[in-house]
Amino acid sequence: MLDFLIAQTLNGLVYSMLLFLLALGLSLTFGMLRVINLAHGAFYLMGAYFGLTAWNLTHSFWAAIIVATVGAAIVGMLLERSWLQRFYVRNELDQVILTFGFALVFADIMKMLWGKDIHSIPVPPLLSGAVHIAGTYFPAYRLILVGVGVALFVATWLAIERTRTGALIRASVADRVMVSGLGFNIRLLFTYVFGFGTAIAGLAGVLGAPITGIYPGLDFEVLITTLIVVVVGGLGNISGAFWAALLIGLAETYGKALYPAAASFIIFGLMAAVLLIRAWGRDEEDVE
Amino acid sequence: MSEPLLSLSGVNTYYGESHILHDLGFDLRKGEVVGILGRNGVGKTTTLQSILGIPAPRSGEIRFRGETISGLPTHDIVSRGVGWVPQGHRIFPTLTVVENIELAAARSRPGSWTAERIYEAFPRLHTRRDARGGSLSGGEQQMLAIARALVQNPELFLMDEPSEGLSPLIVQEIGALIKRLNAEGNTILLVEQNLAFALSISHRILIMAKGAIVYSGKPDDIRDDPDITHRFLGVGTAAAD
Repeated sequence: MLDFLIAQTLNGLVYSMLLFLLALGLSLTFGMLRVINLAHGAFYLMGAYFGLTAWNLTHSFWAAIIVATVGAAIVGMLLERSWLQRFYVRNELDQVILTFGFALVFADIMKMLWGKDIHSIPVPPLLSGAVHIAGTYFPAYRLILVGVGVALFVATWLAIERTRTGALIRASVADRVMVSGLGFNIRLLFTYVFGFGTAIAGLAGVLGAPITGIYPGLDFEVLITTLIVVVVGGLGNISGAFWAALLIGLAETYGKALYPAAASFIIFGLMAAVLLIRAWGRDEEDVE
Repeated sequence: MSEPLLSLSGVNTYYGESHILHDLGFDLRKGEVVGILGRNGVGKTTTLQSILGIPAPRSGEIRFRGETISGLPTHDIVSRGVGWVPQGHRIFPTLTVVENIELAAARSRPGSWTAERIYEAFPRLHTRRDARGGSLSGGEQQMLAIARALVQNPELFLMDEPSEGLSPLIVQEIGALIKRLNAEGNTILLVEQNLAFALSISHRILIMAKGAIVYSGKPDDIRDDPDITHRFLGVGTAAAD
């Protein structure tokens, strides 16, 4: 039973980190551009497919990582420049319809290019071993994924709170008109932030490929869970996204292992509970 | 005569379908302090923001230093030497005082003002340098808003109600600061509701009504003729301070 619990916890942590990478981009994009990118899941799957093609050609996992990240960044920045930018002046519904439309278009294009089969990328030989800790063997690759997630969280947090670029991002979240009134090209900044978000989604896709596999429909599966994470963590809140990813990732993993029938109910229930609690908190703030 | 530093001609600006500025036109010479007065909602703030392209005028022309700037993106206009001190300060609340200054300084033009000189001129900001913008008092926020524009070394300052919501003592301090900036050769276009304050620091007063200039004159002309303020601003000079 203990072994089972430890194994599920590790699986949950790995899943949490993939969710965090997805939520990081979605949350940052929303905080700054005020647009919910419903095509965000597509960039996860796109990254996985880009990585797959790169791996097939080179048999190098590192090449797969680079191609997935850079590829997702480029497609993301093109989408922002050519379409999204014209929609900043429109209302939320128009923006949501646009990004959802792109989610569908990307899904079809990926089906045309890579087919409907389930693919995977093998774990690189260097990381395919197991690590022996406290009487149990842990797959090294999964441990490293957890480390990558935590490292990216700390690095992003430090970059936003402690650097000049971070100050620019915080300023833009607070008042983007004032930022352009200080002489910054806010449109260009939006493009970079959007590209960063899709790049991290693509990175999550290729890193997750050896674990989740690569198949049509995965884009919408991860999108829905990521939206829940971002809502629970608070829109635009990076630390919130991290802790919410841990909560949702672990809850869904335990749920699937212990009560498979109720697994998806558990995370929606958690989201509803968090929203209720936060709504009560807000009422109290209003009273003060 | 040399070309004015800033000139607006036939400017029409809309917010959505609302027509705010109607064929607005005026000039500003280098070294002038010009105050724009007018009742609420006549388009004073829109005038300043049209110069910055927030939003850009739908028709008409705005020239700055001899070049057309209407239609350019805001960051481009600002980079040409326009400094904005917006209504309500608009300090970044989640950034510290230092971060607010450094962010502005990262987009500064060559000139005599540096972050170090700012802290010498505003010792209060130096004392509060690690405080978040949102935790500053109204007066401190206004100082920071002016310092943020100043560190960029602009040629033209657009100041939107710098006296708003401040105690008389702080208003005096801001007035002295604006006079000092002007003595150093800066040009200032000021929007104000505070008549006495505007008269005390401006070389020239423009009064707006319904999105156009309806009166232009010297502060002394307005002081000498109570009828002007009564007609255009709906106040007697006695009630002005």
